Amino acid sequence: MGYPHPSHPRETPILSRYFGDAEARTLAGWQARGGYEVLREALATDPQQLQGIVKDSGLRGRGGAGFPTGMKWSFMKPDGKVHYLCCNADESEPGTFKDREIMRWTPHALVEGVALAAHAIYAETAYIYIRGEFTEPYARVSRAVEEAYAAGFLGANAMGSGRRVDVHVHRGAGAYICGEETALMNSLEGRRGNPRIKPPFPAVAGLFGKPTTINNVETLTTVPHIIRHGAEWYKQYGRPDNPRSVGTKLFSVCGNVSRPGLYEVALGFPFREFLYDLCGGAPSGREIKAVIPGGSSVPILTREEAEGAVMDYEGFVAAGTMLGSGGVIVFDDRQDMVRQIARLTRFYAHESCAQCTQCREGTAWITRIMERIRDGEGTAEDLDTLVSISENMSGKTICVLSDSCATPVLSGLRKFRHEFEARIAPSRSTVAVPGALRAPAA
Amino acid sequence: MSHGPSASGGALVAAPAHGAHDVPHEPVFVGAQRAELDRILSRYPTKQAALLPALWMLQDARGWVSEGGMAEVAEMLGLTPAYVKGVVTFYTMYHQHPVGRHFVQVCTTTPCNVCGAEEVVQAMLKATGCPDLGLTSPDGRFTVIEVECLGACGFATPIMVNNDFIESVTPESVARLVAELP
Repeated sequence: MGYPHPSHPRETPILSRYFGDAEARTLAGWQARGGYEVLREALATDPQQLQGIVKDSGLRGRGGAGFPTGMKWSFMKPDGKVHYLCCNADESEPGTFKDREIMRWTPHALVEGVALAAHAIYAETAYIYIRGEFTEPYARVSRAVEEAYAAGFLGANAMGSGRRVDVHVHRGAGAYICGEETALMNSLEGRRGNPRIKPPFPAVAGLFGKPTTINNVETLTTVPHIIRHGAEWYKQYGRPDNPRSVGTKLFSVCGNVSRPGLYEVALGFPFREFLYDLCGGAPSGREIKAVIPGGSSVPILTREEAEGAVMDYEGFVAAGTMLGSGGVIVFDDRQDMVRQIARLTRFYAHESCAQCTQCREGTAWITRIMERIRDGEGTAEDLDTLVSISENMSGKTICVLSDSCATPVLSGLRKFRHEFEARIAPSRSTVAVPGALRAPAA
Repeated sequence: MSHGPSASGGALVAAPAHGAHDVPHEPVFVGAQRAELDRILSRYPTKQAALLPALWMLQDARGWVSEGGMAEVAEMLGLTPAYVKGVVTFYTMYHQHPVGRHFVQVCTTTPCNVCGAEEVVQAMLKATGCPDLGLTSPDGRFTVIEVECLGACGFATPIMVNNDFIESVTPESVARLVAELP
């Protein structure tokens, strides 16, 4: 179907097939569409085998980092310890709203994926951590979990398998940083959402100190399809010459674009055709000026760079950016890049957990400078200071929020420097000019 | 007009001049609410993990999270009030002061900003009679704040009114939307 518009013929709707179909939201509706059949089979399958299939499929984490899912699962061994699965539904990366639609339209697809993954990593308990603002997704997923318990699909003897699978929904309370996996675990434990130093990695000591796997909503929703159809089936989606990026990906498209919304395409799709044929380009005769293709934390592309990019992990890296979360933000030729980059840095300054000095001070300092340049009060030296702060706050902190703030500044300065320079008032230059401070002769 | 960047999280709403902070806290976790909290506690291996859910229950019952409320939550979960306050102040959604009957959050982060979200904010302040962001209208009906990315970027501009999400709000649609709220 597609949402909020019908699927384009060039989409590959696997996860999004029932978006917009209200009947798919109920347990009965989901079962009528084949739901929970694969979970029943999977619960009777050895976890090692499930891990192997996902490993063979080449599925990579869809939350942003792109870590191979099967490899992440393979860290979880049958060691007799208590294990946990966390589903990261704290979708907060500006430009990204794919998990929201999965949860709103196909909550049982997520519950099924979570239950399956819990079994595959030898966990009896899974938590779905949903950001606090997502009230409707929270209600839909909570309802789906209740239905699944009532049907005996979850609980002490899930689907008659003799295995215990408990799934609990946990609501966040407003903090972008809780999408960082270790911050999410702290938040779930009832703490401030500060990221933890790694190691230890979650697979060793995660939630409540136990071995834990954290996967994104889209990743977990993909898994049942792979188990059902096999790794080879999944690998057919992608560029023949790039086996490292396979499968389909949800892209959420927003900003100055004719048809914003959700699109699911096979990885390796040409970005130019995606932007113009599927999304309709910039609205009302405007031209695209810039595109952020993977959520606000990845480098900005100029229109020319975007038009030449290929939509997969390696394709976007080749274009100088990243696939990230698949949140595509389009800027048309009316947009003032200084103003918009300043707004992004304000986002990061607001969301910094304030734990690391480089991030706490850097995000706020960069924002002050960006806003003063925006207001025409910047100096030529400010541009160098921006680069210096950005470099000093990258790769030096516990998590990558700090780097994420520096990214749009550095890529913006590189690609739209003329817009920055045009905002620097000549009279504001602090370059010493002999006699410049003397009052003009009467 | 806008609050500057703060790296501390927490309250975006201004403290009221007088009143609500002096009212004694009426316990929330009694009867059915107590049973509900016990049910939530059974999901976790520690009591502390029920802190965010317990704070949500408190806020749903009282409209905000008072010092007395935090002390009650601390008591229920075997924590100190100072610890609970430390957690409350980290998150933006717990109101540390009373807010208007309709708590309006307008997303102005970049994807919505390029679609005109700041004009929605201005229209919202005007329609609700709120003197500024974070302040409550004189009739007590509205508090308006700017919020960071609501995760509904394709439906710019999304706003939240209490727990309800309203998508594709424009400066033109604000007046009718506000008029229809009780």
